[in-house]
Amino acid sequence: MNKVTNIIAAGLGGQGVLKITDILADVIFSAGLDVKKSEVHGMSQRGGSVSSEVRFGEKVNSPMVPAGEGDILVVLDASQLDVARPVLKKDGIIITPADVPVEKLVTPKALNVMLLGALSAHLPQFGEELFLAALKRAFAEKLHAANEEMFKLGRNK
Amino acid sequence: MKLLASGNEAVAMAAFDCGVTLGCGYPGTPSSEILDEFSKIGGNAEWAPNEKCALEVAIGAAYSGARALTTMKHVGLNVAADPFFTIAYSGTPGGLVVISADDPGMASSQNEQDNRRYAIAAGVPMFEPSDSQECYDFLCEAFALAEKFRSPVLFRMTTRVCHSQCIVDRRLAAAPLPRKATSFTRDPKSNVMVPAFAKIAHKRLRADLHTMQEINEEGKFIIEKSGSAELGIITSGISYQHVLDAAPEASILKLGMTYPLPVENIRKFAAGVKRCLIVEEGDPVLFEQIMAAGIKVENKLEEFRFGELNVSRVRKLIAKDTTPEPVGAPGKPPQLCPGCPHRKTFEVLRDLGCIVSGDIGCYTLGVMPPFSAIDSCVCMGASVTVGLGLRHTLPESEAHKVVSVIGDSTFLHTGINGIVEMVYNRPATGHVVLILDNRITAMTGCQENPATGRKLDHSPAYAVSLENIVKGIGVDNCDVIDTTMETEKFAELLKQRLASNECSVIIARRPCILAVAKMAKMGKN
Repeated sequence: MNKVTNIIAAGLGGQGVLKITDILADVIFSAGLDVKKSEVHGMSQRGGSVSSEVRFGEKVNSPMVPAGEGDILVVLDASQLDVARPVLKKDGIIITPADVPVEKLVTPKALNVMLLGALSAHLPQFGEELFLAALKRAFAEKLHAANEEMFKLGRNK
Repeated sequence: MKLLASGNEAVAMAAFDCGVTLGCGYPGTPSSEILDEFSKIGGNAEWAPNEKCALEVAIGAAYSGARALTTMKHVGLNVAADPFFTIAYSGTPGGLVVISADDPGMASSQNEQDNRRYAIAAGVPMFEPSDSQECYDFLCEAFALAEKFRSPVLFRMTTRVCHSQCIVDRRLAAAPLPRKATSFTRDPKSNVMVPAFAKIAHKRLRADLHTMQEINEEGKFIIEKSGSAELGIITSGISYQHVLDAAPEASILKLGMTYPLPVENIRKFAAGVKRCLIVEEGDPVLFEQIMAAGIKVENKLEEFRFGELNVSRVRKLIAKDTTPEPVGAPGKPPQLCPGCPHRKTFEVLRDLGCIVSGDIGCYTLGVMPPFSAIDSCVCMGASVTVGLGLRHTLPESEAHKVVSVIGDSTFLHTGINGIVEMVYNRPATGHVVLILDNRITAMTGCQENPATGRKLDHSPAYAVSLENIVKGIGVDNCDVIDTTMETEKFAELLKQRLASNECSVIIARRPCILAVAKMAKMGKN
């Protein structure tokens, strides 16, 4: 049976929600699995609720996670937990800023990378080196060292 | 070469790899990224002032034998409908593909019209990709078909196809096709649509559609999956992906070219299953065509006509289950950015109790609290003319409160005609048009426009002057003001203009804060 894993990231416009799923999709692609990523652009960028979804497995069809079938939900702002919760399955994993050492953030903008670190710990099939390489591809060089640090703080909390 | 790409990126790559000489369009979610991406990878792309201009420029390019692409959102094709219907008759020697990015569910649109109806209405063949790979493959096929029949092709995408990322094999990356050599061949019988020539062209068009159907029947654009004899599903576009997950046991007939339909394939498929259900997002476009061909199929319940489909909804559609979906807490609605130059403008409009005829752009968010200062919004450019209609007919005391509010890009798109109307058929109370000039097309992601002084690729260009346009048309007053820095002065000026019986334009000029940041990042100013 083709098992598809569903990951959702939710937050507010400007928090870097889409960056998390961009990097995650890149990691999965570099690991050789099928992957699809879905989100809605446009009005949602103006400070409103934003969510993005990644599905992966041997073969993925619909790019959208069916309601109640999300395996992991990452929220960047606690206010978005109740907004996004219906997509999560009953025993799904929830990752929030309360799960990471936010006091160690070099800038609030790096919260997405720290949460990506926390998410990566739940996806042991993808090695840390795949995430670190994808992080480097996603950001300018001057941010690489800080991002790696934030990622590891989230991952090894 | 395999890579992860959105549907929009895949279209851009395909356009480059199959030798498109010119891409032109007008930004509109969910289509906007196509031309930006095409330009980034080396394509020649431009933003036109509106979709009609964009399609006409593409038509001219295709008359020379070049391959031309034009991109727009669904409502953009309404603006470009005039050339679209007639170029279907005359056609072009070079391949011409019109991309319509529909927005079922209205993630960022004022309606959810189904532009597949345009293919039928105009008699233009249509492709509907269901993922990024098909975006790439079908665009190449669309150009080949366009040139074979001298016909424009409608390439109908939807929000999820445009913006979802999937793995794409960029087959032609290593050896992209060269751009076509161009020259002008005189051919008035084909290219000049006077009645005598158009009558011939219309008959040719209908005959060609018949031949295109035969090509579609060959099965190149059809995926047939044999499964249960109890349930057969006919589908297209993104709905196909949902069906694969929602009904893995079903027999499926998936159509890639959805006009003209491969009716005989459909007839055979429908005859082989007990229940033959059409699963399509939006209007019952496949259903109506298939029923008209005398094939008995089942339509979805009306409730599934609204909004996007997804796996859960397709399961319910199949089960005829109309119980409501589980919904989470309401999300935070979008709002004008902190520091947005429109904020002070809307505060003044609210405090003066204006009747505001609004338009399409970020500033439509002025309808939300704490401003609640937009009273109507129909389509691009309508603010000016709808405001004039109100001025003509309202009692004098109310007419004096009417203000039309329009952005810089929207003004250049279809607002200019409204200024001509204003000075030609002057309302007795005059009128006030406020151009919110934030120096960018902000709503769709900060694209350039003819007034920014930069082309699509941000290189320098002539900057059209908004004040010269309105002065040239002949308005009584034209003022330029920064409503953020001079809020009091703006309020006084607006009061004065509203009290007069003159036709006035006030240009509220201050750059979008997102654009300032974006341009600084790129080293532009």
